Parts: sequence; C-alpha cells; structure tokens
Amino acid sequence: MRNLIVKIAIASGKGGTGKTFISTNLFNVLQKQEMNLALVDCDAEEPNAKLFLTEGKLKNTYEVNQKVPVVDESKCTYCGKCAEYCNYNAIFFLKEAKVINVLEDLCHGCGACSVACSYSAISEKNNLLGYVNTFEFSPKSALIEARIKVGVYSSVNVIKAAIKKASDFNLVLFDAPPGTGCPFIQTVVQADYVVLVTEPTPYGLSDLKQSIETLKGMNKSYGVIINKAGLGDEKIYDYLNKENIPLLMSVPFDKNIAVSYSKGELLTDLNSEWEEKFSQLYNTIREEYGNSSN
Amino acid sequence: MKIAITSERNSLESKMDTRFGRCAFFAIYDTETQTTDFIPNPAKDSSEGAGPKAVEFIASKGVSKVVASEFGGKAKSLLDKLQIEMLHEKDKSIAEVIQQF
Amino acid sequence: MEIAVISGKGGTGKSSISAAFATLQKEVVLADCDVDAANLYLLFNPVCEEEQIVISGQKAVINQDKCIACGECIDYCRFDAIIKKDDKVSIVETFCDGCLLCSRICPQDAIDIIDEDKSRIYAGSFKNGKMVYGRLAPGEENTGKIVSKVREKAKQIAKEFGIKTIIIDGPPGIGCSAISAIIGVDSVVVVTEPTLSGLHDLKRTLEITTSSNLQTSVIINKCDINPEMSSKIEAYCNQKHIEVIGKLPFEPLVVEAMVKCQSITDFAPDAEISKLIGNIYSKIRATT
Repeated sequence: MRNLIVKIAIASGKGGTGKTFISTNLFNVLQKQEMNLALVDCDAEEPNAKLFLTEGKLKNTYEVNQKVPVVDESKCTYCGKCAEYCNYNAIFFLKEAKVINVLEDLCHGCGACSVACSYSAISEKNNLLGYVNTFEFSPKSALIEARIKVGVYSSVNVIKAAIKKASDFNLVLFDAPPGTGCPFIQTVVQADYVVLVTEPTPYGLSDLKQSIETLKGMNKSYGVIINKAGLGDEKIYDYLNKENIPLLMSVPFDKNIAVSYSKGELLTDLNSEWEEKFSQLYNTIREEYGNSSN
Repeated sequence: MKIAITSERNSLESKMDTRFGRCAFFAIYDTETQTTDFIPNPAKDSSEGAGPKAVEFIASKGVSKVVASEFGGKAKSLLDKLQIEMLHEKDKSIAEVIQQF
Repeated sequence: MEIAVISGKGGTGKSSISAAFATLQKEVVLADCDVDAANLYLLFNPVCEEEQIVISGQKAVINQDKCIACGECIDYCRFDAIIKKDDKVSIVETFCDGCLLCSRICPQDAIDIIDEDKSRIYAGSFKNGKMVYGRLAPGEENTGKIVSKVREKAKQIAKEFGIKTIIIDGPPGIGCSAISAIIGVDSVVVVTEPTLSGLHDLKRTLEITTSSNLQTSVIINKCDINPEMSSKIEAYCNQKHIEVIGKLPFEPLVVEAMVKCQSITDFAPDAEISKLIGNIYSKIRATT
C-alpha cells in the first residue's frame, strides 16, 4: 500500500523549539490508543524523552561499539601500508624510528588498515560508543533511547542501532537530533515523513529554511508545527503560505505549558483538549503523507 | 640539530604561522649548516588529525625541537612521547626565531 | 581571550546571550560556531568581506562505465553505504563516510573519490567588530570541521586587527561540534534553563567541560519558570564546584529584541535584564 506511513521524524533546525514536547505527547496519545508503535529518541547527545515518559519499564540495554585496530608489534614489519590506507590520520607511523600508534579518537572503524596489512599484525577490539535502552509501555509499545557515552564524538552509529531496534513496530516516531548535520541527516533519511517543529521568531524561521533546504535535497515530504505561537512575529506564516508548506498544528505560547514541561509533565495527560488535538495531529500527518506520495 | 618552525610563507621574512597542525609551511633550520629549508606542510588540508600528521612529518625530518604559537592536545602528547621539545613563540618572523639558536 | 557560550540543550537562550556579550564589548571577534543554525548574522547583518571554501571530507562515487557490478566493495563497506539493485552497484551518499576503502580494493578501479567542497565560511564586519560564521552545505556533514575552521579564522582576524576578545556562540549537544567549539578556550559559559531536560543536559555538558579542564560557569536562564528546579540546578553546580555566575528571569523583551534584530543590551540598555547580563559579563571577564 502506497500511503501507509511507517516512520515519522519529528525534527527542528533550531534546538529548544519543542521537538521532544511534540514527540512525547504524540507517543503518549497513540500509545494509550493501544497502537503498535515505538518512539526512538535519536537525540543521542542529549536524550530527554524518558524524562517525560516515566511509565516505561526498562526492558533491555544494548551496547553499541565501534571496532578499533590493535597492532601486534611482534608481527608488524613497519611497512606503513595501514597508515597510508587510513583516511582519518588515525595511525601515527614513523618508518625509521619504528613507531606505530593507533589514535583511537580519530578512528572511524572503517577497517581499511586491517585490509591493508599483509602480515596479520592488525586485530580489532571494541570501543564503547553508547547504549540503546528499550523501555516498554505495553507489549505493543516502547521507547527506544539512543544515548552516547559522554566524550564520544559522533552519535551516528548509536542512532543507527536504535533505529534498527525499532524495525518491528507498525509505526515508528523519531525524536530527531537538532541541526542539519550528520546526526539529523542519518535520522531523517530513514523517515517517510518529517515534522519540523519551529517557533515564530527570526531564528526559528532562518533555521526552518535551512532544514527545508536539506530535506528538499533528500526528497522528503514534510510539514510544520509552530510552537510558542504568539511569541515573535508573523513572517513565518507568510513563508509557509508562499512555499505552500502545510501547517500541521500550532501550539500557543503559554506560561502554564512551559511550567508543566519544566516539571516533566505531559500536556496530553493534564488536558483532554490537547489529547484530542494530538490525536488529530496524527490523522493530519497521515493525510498529508497520503497527498504528498500520490 | 634540526628545528622546525611553523611559517606562513616560504621565506626568512615570513611570520610564524599561528597554527601548528595546519600551518602553511614548516621552516626546518639546521644549526650545523645554518641553512633553512621551507617545506609545505602535507597535513595542512587534512579533514581530521592534522596535528598528529604534522608531528609525523616533522619527526620524519629528524627535528629535535619545534617552535609554534600553540599545540593541540594530540600533537602535544605525541611530541612528548617522541621527546621533541616544544617551544612557544608568537608573532615573530622566521629570521627572528632562528637568531635564538 | 576566547569565551565560548554553549548549552547542552537547545533553545535555552544561548545565542541571545552571546549576542549581548558581543555588543557589550567595544571591539570583538564574534565566531558563530552554531553552524547548523547560524543565526547571529540575522541579528548583526555583517558586511561579508571574505569567503573561504571548506573541504569537509571526501565521498566515493562509482564510475558506471568501469563497474562490472561484482559487488566486492559491498562486503568491505562497514557503513552499509553501497547497494546493488538491478545489477547496478551504487553508493548511498548519505551513508558514505569517505574512508576510501572501496576505491582501494575495487578490482576494476571503478570507484572515484571526490572532495566535498560546498561548505563555506564567511568573515565580515559588524558594528562591534568582526564576525566569522559558517554555512554547512545541505548533505555535507562534517560540522566539527567547519567549527574548527570558523575558530581558526576568528583567531587569525583577532591577530590581524589586534582584537583581544573572541566570543564563540557554540552549538547545542555534546558531540563533535560542541567539543570542537570549546577545546582550548579560556572560559566556557553554559546557558541552561530550569527544566528537567535542562538539568539532564547540563550534567552531560559539565562532564565534558570538567574532563577537558576548562574554566566553566553556568547561567540559569528563565529561572522563574520553575524556581524549584532552578534551586536544584544551583545545588548541583555547588556540589560540583562550578559557579552559577548569574540567573536571568524570563523576559519577553528578549524575543522582542530578536524580532527587531538587535541584541537585548542594545535594544533595551536600561532594562533590568540588560543590567543583569552586563554584570555577568563583567564577572566572566574578571575571572578569566
């Protein structure tokens, strides 16, 4: 079936626009309707969804590792081919002085050095990059959290592993990392539809444009949610109109919402009107996706 | 003894380059022959790991001292390991640095 | 002196605060290292004087004239970036990490390597000095590299024009771009907010700054949204011996200033909030 939506990414160029607010509330509402779904928290540098979705029980934790080379100097002939193959400058090599050092921080785990070595002097060990934690809400629904170990440079492998874990669910929501760099791209590339959460300020608009430029290049369909509406100015609405971008929902700026968010409360638990609105949001996304893929 | 100095261009009048790993040239001064070679830094455009790559390069030239404005963490620990002495200078020309040796 | 303003969590008001810092100083180099969401140029509208190409990495491309679709490269690629469909092998650009292994092992020599050269950094002037900012080309991903380039350029300009202070507006998160923005700076200011997520993210951010031995202080922004959480954050910082250098209330004028494309301290110099920010900035300068 063509318009069956499976993966929805909730993203934002600018941080702090309320991407986690939207994704946790959407998950909460659909989960209560006993849908078969997972929310993947792909903001692995700063995963926050669990702070709001407190009812989930930790079911399992899975370690994500990267391979890094180990050089056996008793077998090494100091030919230097591994250092030549490494495109990340991760093998420090001095031929005459017979010095060979693996700089683990720079290694991307591509395995080129092992292929280069003709003397079986390179083996590999695992370096911990982070964790994928699965929290179960019901037999049919789970929060899957990607969390990098502090100090690890790239979150991409941990994000990919978390998304893979969610492949058996009928519907998957991604809470995407902010920005438009690698973590963002690696998340949205796997989505059928992208929901961009923004705020009506000049920063919000500028970042929205940058996200949209990136998504256009990736041929993704997308819609926008405006959070903190009433704050800032109207320019963002003109832009959406002009570009014919669907406005999926609008959440007013309200200090009460901000306060309940700060405590880690879910708006859809506190207020039945919002429960209904988020339920409607899912239908709107489905319709928009259906229209865009026809 | 050979000394490596980061350099913006390839003449004795050039200023020191503020960067170590991504400096444009290394001036390699030989205290015995009192001559200076200017060699483009092969690590200059590395995506990552320019520091270590630059250390690798100057070590292969057999220098025992290196003069720069600052050193990154990775470069520092490698230079320490290889017992290449790090000297800090700022804003000087290559000729001015050489005078000290 | 390099002062970096960062925040683990996005949207805490980091850019508004770095903008205020930059305009409190007569002459400054402002380095916008939040390259995924470079916003300060909107505020200051700098006159661009220099554009520099950044080679952010490399990517592999299959030369279909030479490729015999043997698929050997697929087995070697650890990034799942090579796929075979209808007897045609191709590389998924998004997944390619640029390790070049495929091009090295290809028996037909059918894989070319191209530079990713669409990202840029810009340098220019604004009313309080010089400004450097980056632009990540859509699809090019090496943010850490661009951040380093922006900082490098900022230092070079500071030296050239004899400017003493560099203010860095850092990216959110704790990954490569955030680390690249703070490594080696003289002072790091972490802007947080009194929310559960704010505290969670602050803890992770402080782990990074302490393990890198950086002089660090914390600003709690919008502290009145949840005073209880605000106290919790203060207690946490005290316990970790990190100074909470200031607390700022939620102030709608900040958004108004943003809409008018001004820093808060320029827009409303006499407002309480501007005075508070001014005090914080003086303290940071005094302790650095």
